[in-house]
Amino acid sequence: MIEVNNIHKSFDKAHILKGVTTLFEKGKTNLIIGQSGSGKTVFLKCLLGLFIPEEGNISYDGKVYTELTQSEQRDLRQEMGMVFQGSALFDSMTVAGNVMFPLEMFTKQGKSEMQDRVDTVLKRVNLVDAHHKYPSEISGGMQKRVAIARAIVMNPKYLFCDEPNSGLDPKTAIIIDNLIQEITQEFNITTVINTHDMNSVMEIGEKIVFLKNGLKEWEGSKNEIFKTDNKAVTDFVYSSDLFKKVRQMFVEERN
Amino acid sequence: MNYIASIGSYALMIKEVFKKPTKWSIMKSLILKEIDELIYGSLGILIFISFFIGGVVAIQTALNITSELIPKNLVGFATRQSIILEFAPTFCSIIMAGKVGSYITSSIGTMRVTEQIDALEVMGVNALNYLVFPKIIALMLYPFIIAIAMYVGIFGGWFAGVFGGFSTSADFIEGLQLDFIPFHITYSFIKTIVFAFVLATIPSFHGYYMKGGALEVGKASTTSFVWTSVVIIIFNYILTQLLLG
Repeated sequence: MIEVNNIHKSFDKAHILKGVTTLFEKGKTNLIIGQSGSGKTVFLKCLLGLFIPEEGNISYDGKVYTELTQSEQRDLRQEMGMVFQGSALFDSMTVAGNVMFPLEMFTKQGKSEMQDRVDTVLKRVNLVDAHHKYPSEISGGMQKRVAIARAIVMNPKYLFCDEPNSGLDPKTAIIIDNLIQEITQEFNITTVINTHDMNSVMEIGEKIVFLKNGLKEWEGSKNEIFKTDNKAVTDFVYSSDLFKKVRQMFVEERN
Repeated sequence: MNYIASIGSYALMIKEVFKKPTKWSIMKSLILKEIDELIYGSLGILIFISFFIGGVVAIQTALNITSELIPKNLVGFATRQSIILEFAPTFCSIIMAGKVGSYITSSIGTMRVTEQIDALEVMGVNALNYLVFPKIIALMLYPFIIAIAMYVGIFGGWFAGVFGGFSTSADFIEGLQLDFIPFHITYSFIKTIVFAFVLATIPSFHGYYMKGGALEVGKASTTSFVWTSVVIIIFNYILTQLLLG
């Protein structure tokens, strides 16, 4: 569980986060949505400990990040997995090398033990024949799956994803969304996803936090987002004609 | 003001490089990979350039000896002095700033724009130690290739001098041995070690702290080459003044 208490973050004179408070529960897929420039990425980087808020604090299962010593912060980082927008796989390593990297770096496991773990997680993300391929030799969807495998190989408590399905076709995007949701529930991880994709919101949004101009404008579940009358949320979520029609049908059904 | 800020950032980067070391089993393979890439991979071009520059120095010296009073062994002497004191340590380093420096900046810069460095940081890896430290250690072997460049350069001078008909082998070798000061070799290797550190760290700095996309990676490589060359030339002057002045 991640508790965010009234965090503020500025860069020079730009006040990006203006007091965000929320709670991300364990075993749930938590989504952060909002327009470009709303502070989503800064918020995610604060959650990752890459940016330290000037005010407020973030606690991870009761441990406040800024109150930890440097080595405790490093230990906490090892409990986090991150899936980057562009996958961020190491070009010089094979798929298996990428997934094995955190194990080699932070554990004292033997080669065969590490290999078994790599096989297990690659199988979990449905990648069995790509061990010896390099990131440049596999598709965008496969790269995302490798990134997910690398993020979960250390059994993290917290999983963060930045636009996990950007650049993917709708079918692959749904596969990736469902995979993240399954992994979240299976391993009881606190997952936070930064996304623009309304399909993801409707598909896996167990908790949605809507940011606007650095403030939390609204929060709720995917079912509640249909019912909300918050204009900022409806303007953002139903900006496409398709979603406008879906919304209209929902309102008509409700009346 | 920007220059002072950059020097400050560079100093902080160096401090960070030596903090929180990466596991030795991983570091060992990274160092070997960098030795292959930075040292072994540069051997061919340095041998090629040294041979021909040595030849040109010998021919130019021979062609400029017009007075009968100047001994013929000057060709060998001038070739030795030019190659050992300046060409091998300094000009090879400028060439390396182009070859190795651009490679370092572009490889680290590409890792920055593709979020690979962010991925390392999120995992709790000291990215500067992981990326820059193996390059510094690998380039500590740089004096070995400079020693080879010295040998090949002098051999190139002998080859061009003798087979071009500009000097006899005996005169050339006599010139090579004339007034030899062993400290010149020490001076040359001291410079080489300093330049090796510059070659590893300045391009890394430009790659690590770059912002933007693919176009900026190219720009960072160019800037890195310029600054690495400038710093090498400044250090060349300072070290020459300190050690030989």
